[in-house]
Amino acid sequence: MSVLETDGEKLLIALRELLAAKGLVSNAEIAERIALTDAANPGQGAGMVAKAWTDPAYRALMLQDGTKAAEELGIPMRGAPPLGVLENTGDVHHLVVCTLCSCYPRAVLGYPPFWFKSAAYRARAVRDPRGTIAEWGTVLPEGVKIHVVDSTADYRWMVLPRRPAGTEGWDETRLAAIVREGDMIGVTVPALPGA
Amino acid sequence: MADLAPGARVRVNDDWPETRGPVHVRTPHYLRGQPGTVVRRFGEFPNPEDLAFGRPAARRVLYHVAFDQPSVWQEGSAGDQLLVEIYEHWLEPA
Repeated sequence: MSVLETDGEKLLIALRELLAAKGLVSNAEIAERIALTDAANPGQGAGMVAKAWTDPAYRALMLQDGTKAAEELGIPMRGAPPLGVLENTGDVHHLVVCTLCSCYPRAVLGYPPFWFKSAAYRARAVRDPRGTIAEWGTVLPEGVKIHVVDSTADYRWMVLPRRPAGTEGWDETRLAAIVREGDMIGVTVPALPGA
Repeated sequence: MADLAPGARVRVNDDWPETRGPVHVRTPHYLRGQPGTVVRRFGEFPNPEDLAFGRPAARRVLYHVAFDQPSVWQEGSAGDQLLVEIYEHWLEPA
């Protein structure tokens, strides 16, 4: 059977046609939303992180109101849940998970990595966070506590990672290039290329 | 329930509405009955437990609540925390 003939696809087409027929959501609006979702990518979040690393006022805004900080960089946030940003420090490291389903800061990071929705990641991140991030080779310095952020309801969470040593004097573009999606949900920390 | 201030000690209701029929609940199983501390108040959101069924949804206060991670699982590293969004109607003062 072709994927276009599955029950799910038929249901989707029927729903879209009903929404359009009733004037609730037009096909153009659906297409616009799909385009926005497809266009979102980790480079947007990385741009926010790099700006926060170089601009103290922007960092303060980002920690106060992630949605406003994203919009300031031109990232479309209309219709997206409110964005919260939590900062990693020398004392606390944050790890983001959604144990109930797949809540992810898609507006600023794009589609989640495939494992983010896996039962294994969701179950293990809250029970054994240190063992979980060790799968990525991430080992926290002595004394650093982990705060596991379980996105259960109406917010979406992103991590502002620590700026790595050796990047003094780098501009935003160069800094943004070293920030990966894993750094912004806390499974990894930014590292210099080749380090 | 009166608004909870950051620092307030709370307990998540040890309630299992799943056993009474179809529900949509945003409070994870592993936190039912657990004590925690309010970190911040997010404001009010339409109750997703009603939204999911297309019912009129009253606005409920959403809190960020911190839980001691090793206490929840009886294993782990001292000082680690779980930080979770919990609706007011799932919390009682502790």
